[in-house]
Amino acid sequence: MNTVPKIEAIEATYKRTLPSFRPGDQVRVHYRIREGEKERVQVFQGVVIRRARGGIGETFTVRKTSDGFGVERIFPAHSPRIEKLEVVSRGQVRRSRLYYLRGLEGKAARLKQRRYTKPTA
Amino acid sequence: MNQHPGLIGKKLGNTQIFESDGNVTRVTVIEVGPCVVLGRRTLEKDGYSALILGFGEKKTKQVTKPEAGYFAKAGVKPSQVVRELRLSAEEVAKFEQGATIKPSDVFAEGQFVDVTGTTRGRGFTGVMRRWNFRGSSTKTHGTHEYQRHGGSIGTNMTPGRTLPNLKMPGQYGSERVTIQNQKVARIMDDQWVLLVAGAIPGPKGSIVVVRGATKKRGGKKAA
Repeated sequence: MNTVPKIEAIEATYKRTLPSFRPGDQVRVHYRIREGEKERVQVFQGVVIRRARGGIGETFTVRKTSDGFGVERIFPAHSPRIEKLEVVSRGQVRRSRLYYLRGLEGKAARLKQRRYTKPTA
Repeated sequence: MNQHPGLIGKKLGNTQIFESDGNVTRVTVIEVGPCVVLGRRTLEKDGYSALILGFGEKKTKQVTKPEAGYFAKAGVKPSQVVRELRLSAEEVAKFEQGATIKPSDVFAEGQFVDVTGTTRGRGFTGVMRRWNFRGSSTKTHGTHEYQRHGGSIGTNMTPGRTLPNLKMPGQYGSERVTIQNQKVARIMDDQWVLLVAGAIPGPKGSIVVVRGATKKRGGKKAA
């Protein structure tokens, strides 16, 4: 993180606001990918297991299970390649890094749902 | 010798920017200016041609009388840093005394530059940190206080002396270093800021000199 005003001003021009989400939430990330010449939007849906905050370099990790294999993707939070981010459901978790989900599968990997959602700040 | 025009700057720190295709470029933010032309050295008068540049502002109480006279003659406010850049006579002629140089006057986006600065001073440093020696491989068999030593520094009778330039402990850092061929990612004239892809020497707040790259084509801004 930077505290130099000029650097903050530069970062501010690249920063974008995504809907608020937390680790444990189920999200759909619409991500623009290049396939050779063509560009298309790919949707990646899974549980957010980490948000690594750090100003403009912020990233978050989404985990899903695909054909029985755990797949994780790290997205730069301020990337212009993120077309859209939807929050599908809110999970109730007690820690910020949900690495324990990696060892679980099926029924055990479910998360409790958060009933009350704080108004987005 | 680098004959390309350049600017004096201050390293502000590092960040990252997103290109239009979504790729990330890691950049160093350099505040280049406002740089003013304090004077010009000419072949006829001084035997070489160069541009005298000033950067930053100096508090009035810090300005000595001789300095005050010099800056008054140049017709500018006292600068904190004064550097000379050797340039060809034609290049020197392009700049007026007392003029303020904008970053886009000397640089173009995508151009390669060399950045000269002073590295962080690390003081008297051992061989492991200074020269990446591996240190001693053993802690046992009675080895005592030798884990971070460099080992042998030569042979006995032949040549009977330690060869020059052997890597040994000593002062590390606080040294003038030029990083070559860094790409200019963005130029922001309104902020007096230059974004250079990659790293440059020195801590934040240190003074650096940015010039066109000597070893790459396109070191000079295309006219």
